[in-house]
This record gives sequence, structure tokens and C-alpha cells, in this order.
Amino acid sequence: MNTLIAIIGLGVLCLLFEIFEARKAIIPVTIIGLLAILGLDITDYANPQSYYNNMIIVSKFSAAFSGLFIILTIFLVTLAHKFYQNNQSKISDFIAIKIFLLAGAVAMVSFGNLAMYFLGIEVLSIALYILASSNRLSIKSNEAGLKYFLMGSFASGIILFGICLIYGAMGSFDVTEISELSRSAELPVWFPIGIVLVFIGMLFKIAAVPFHFWAPDVYEGSPALTTALMSTLAKVVAIATLYKLVTIMNADLSGNFQMMIVIVSMASMTVGNIMALRQVNVKRMLAFSGISHAGFMLMTLVSTANAAGTLLYYTSAYALAGIAAFSVILYVCKNNENEDITNFHGLGKTNPLLAAILTAALLSMAGIPIFSGFFAKLFLFNQTIQAGFIALVIVAVVNSIISVGYYFKLILAMYTKESNEVRTATPAVIYIVAVVSIVLNIALGLFPSMVLDLLA
Amino acid sequence: MNNILNEIGIENYIFLSVILFSIGVFGVLYRRNAIIVFMSIEIMLNAVNLLFVAFSTYHQDAQGQVFVFFSMAVAAAEVAVGLAILVSIFRNLGSIDINNLKNLKG
Repeated sequence: MNTLIAIIGLGVLCLLFEIFEARKAIIPVTIIGLLAILGLDITDYANPQSYYNNMIIVSKFSAAFSGLFIILTIFLVTLAHKFYQNNQSKISDFIAIKIFLLAGAVAMVSFGNLAMYFLGIEVLSIALYILASSNRLSIKSNEAGLKYFLMGSFASGIILFGICLIYGAMGSFDVTEISELSRSAELPVWFPIGIVLVFIGMLFKIAAVPFHFWAPDVYEGSPALTTALMSTLAKVVAIATLYKLVTIMNADLSGNFQMMIVIVSMASMTVGNIMALRQVNVKRMLAFSGISHAGFMLMTLVSTANAAGTLLYYTSAYALAGIAAFSVILYVCKNNENEDITNFHGLGKTNPLLAAILTAALLSMAGIPIFSGFFAKLFLFNQTIQAGFIALVIVAVVNSIISVGYYFKLILAMYTKESNEVRTATPAVIYIVAVVSIVLNIALGLFPSMVLDLLA
Repeated sequence: MNNILNEIGIENYIFLSVILFSIGVFGVLYRRNAIIVFMSIEIMLNAVNLLFVAFSTYHQDAQGQVFVFFSMAVAAAEVAVGLAILVSIFRNLGSIDINNLKNLKG
């Protein structure tokens, strides 16, 4: 709870800095503030309890995921320093919106009442609509913003209808009450319909097939930093919330519901990977790669008994690799109109360190050992086999092999093609973020129990 | 209030909301003018608000009505952002027809 209040306070502080003409101090102060909030989050982890008539329930699950979100936001805010260099006069708005987005994210994983869940998802989405269209002179960014807005508010409408039907069946918004009632008596038919509608709305948000069609367009059109935010933070938030919802409400639906998750998961992996093979725009490729990773993350939902640790591990591995990859993309495509693979030609010679980091990030996403992506997939598959879904694991393994194809396309472009442009000096900030995130990724790979034990 | 609900029956409220919601969904899917799409999204949200109030009376519980306030405030904020995006599109393109937005493809 203190975490959430502190985050909102920090957001307001960012806006006040604008008034007092202290724009230069915004980013350092925000980073220090977020580190302090990370400390608060650790104290929250140590004593779980509920606040305000169960509106917010701080549990180990919510505190651990909040910690991940805060770390990702620190990276994104650090990158913002360079990204908004030519837009200094609006920097407080951009940073404040990112902080409010973080507040929505924390509310989404620590809700104890469906009202809080709805408000969290809306705060997150509205902040993302603004960020997606924040480059207002670019028609691509506008188009991405409008597409995301239409899809997002459509999904919100569906989620709201689902919440309404759940309320109609249960007469309460409190999740512990709903969870108890769902086990007991005869339920009206509205209850399963409501859950399916909420589930569909969340699948829109995590961009799983068949609700993925907006993702590539929006990822391509948005400013690069927003794309980084969407593909790491927003996706992790949505999948963590979906996991929490499913663990709360899957009482009587198990059989058919698991079948539905298995089909959606298989379809996401396959469609995402096959479409990614033929992309030439790197952002678009990572969007499809994100769709296939959403499929992998959905695998945790088929056996929810003790999958929380695995989900946290997988999302941390994926998000850290994503941050490392996007910080390199931000550098390479800073002065380019588009993000085509040709821009990466010869990066291995002109800037070996960043090329190595991007290679490491892509190898982690593909699931090659040493990097945590491999161990994340290993634990996930192991757990799914134990739950008895052999077919799903076979499809997932085949998909991991396909995914190597397009990740290596980019790696080969960096090391075997000749460079076609002169590269400018690299800002130190990008080095710092890229190195720290990839080192964290490898550290997670070497010591997986560090994260897995958090939610054991 | 409860008598009216008894006479009409909660099912009819649900049918009405589902019909309104479907009108909204079809509006989003078939209309090409961005303003009308926004209006359709509002119809979807307001159909749900209607059902919230009906369920609230059905359960004799005020929580549903309070939720309506939340969802109204959120809808207003959402539409404000949507209109802002639309204004910047109109400045760049001179039109708000969704069919003109075809720059992103692959």
C-alpha cells in the first residue's frame, strides 16, 4: 500500500518540478525516488496484509511483481534521458505519465476488489494511449495511438461487461468473497460468461492470438521508448494480472477453461513465430516475438498450483532481455526514419559491445543456455509436463526452434554484412542500461533460486 | 424500486443491456468515422452502467451504483484522451476517416 501511495506522490512531484523550472533534476530525482520505493516494496513483501476493506491486498505475489515493475520503470526512465533530449520542455509530462502508469500497474497486481482492478487497468491503458501517440507531428505515431486507443477501450468495455456479470452473479466485488462463493452453491450462468469476457479482455491486453492484430501496428508506429515500455512492462503487468484473476476465479471451470488456455497458448506461439520470420522491421519483429512469448507465459495458467514463481522468473528474464535489446535499438535507430534490419548492418564492427549485448538479449529470448531465457523455458516446460500437458510442451519446443530463425537473422545482419553508415558516439546512459540489464539477465540464469524462492 | 424490478424481471434488464452492448460493438466494427466509433464505445460502456444499476437494485447493495461512478469517470478520461489523439490526426491528415490510416502495414 505504501508503495502505491509513494509512486503516486512521486508522479505529482514530477509535475511540480515543471512548475519550479527544475527540469534538469527530474530524471535523477525520479530514479532515486524509484529506488527508495523499491525499498518500501521490500518492506511490503516482508509483511503482507490488506488495506481499506480489502480494496488493496498486499501479498508476496503482488510485492514481488511490483518490485519487477519498479525495476523495469527505473530502466525506462533512465533511457528517457536521451530519448527526449530534443523535447526537454515536455520531459516532466513524459516522466510523470510513466510513473502514473507504474501506479496503475501496481494497483493491477495488488487489487482485492474488482473496482480497484478496473481502475488500475484503465490508469495503465490511458497512460499508454498518451505515450503511444506522444510524437504528435508524426502521422505514424498518431495512427498507432488511435489504433491502440480503439482496441484498448473496446477491450475495456468487454472487461467491464465481464465484471458486471460477475457482480450480478455474486453480489459483491470483493475477490475473496467471490472466490469463496464460486466454490459453494449453484451459480447463475452469468458467472462463467463474465469470467470468459474478462479473460477475453485481458487476452487483448497481452496481445495473444486471436486478439493480437493490433500489436504489430502499434509497436511499429509508437516512439521507440514507448514500444520498449509496451513490450516489457505492459505485457508483464497484463500477464501477472491474468494469472491472479485465474487463480482467484477458476473454481468450477477447470476442464474447459484449461482447454481454452491450451489452444490460445499454442496459437499465440505458432502465429507469432511464423509471422515474425518474414518481418524486416525490427520493432515489428519484436512485436511478433512478444506475441509468441505471451503464448509461453500463458502456459503457466494451465497449472496454477505453484506456477507463480515460474511466471515471475519467465517474465523477469523476458523483460530484462527486452530492455537490453530495446536500448540498443534506441541507439541504432535514433537518427533513422524506420527500424529496418538494414540499419543494423555492420554493428558488430562499428560498436562491438552493443552488438554483443543485442546478441545476448536475442539469445536469451530464443532460449540459449547461460542466459536466463533458457532456464525460464526449462522450468516452464518441466512444470507443464508434470501437470500432464505433453502436447502443449511439444508445440512449445518446436516453436522455440522456429524462433531461433528470426533472432539469428538479426544477429547475422550485425556480424556478416558491411556497415552502410557512420555511427555517432554512444551516450553513456545507453551503455549503462544495456550492460546492467543483460548482467541481471545472466545473473538470473546463474542463480535462478534468487527469484524462484520469492514466491515458493 | 424493488417492486418495479420484480414486475419486469432482472432477465429483461440483462437482455436490454446485451442488445445495447451489441449495438456498440457493431458500431465499433462497421462505422468508419472516428467520432461515431467513439460514440459506439460510449454506448458499450453505458449499457454496462445500466446493468450495474439493475444488479445493484436486484442485490439490494449500493456497491454496484458506486462502481457506475468509477466507470463514468474513467470513460470521460478515456474519451478526452481519444479526442486529443483525433485532433492531432486531423491536423496531420485533414480527415478523421479511419480508412485513411493505412501507413502501418507489414
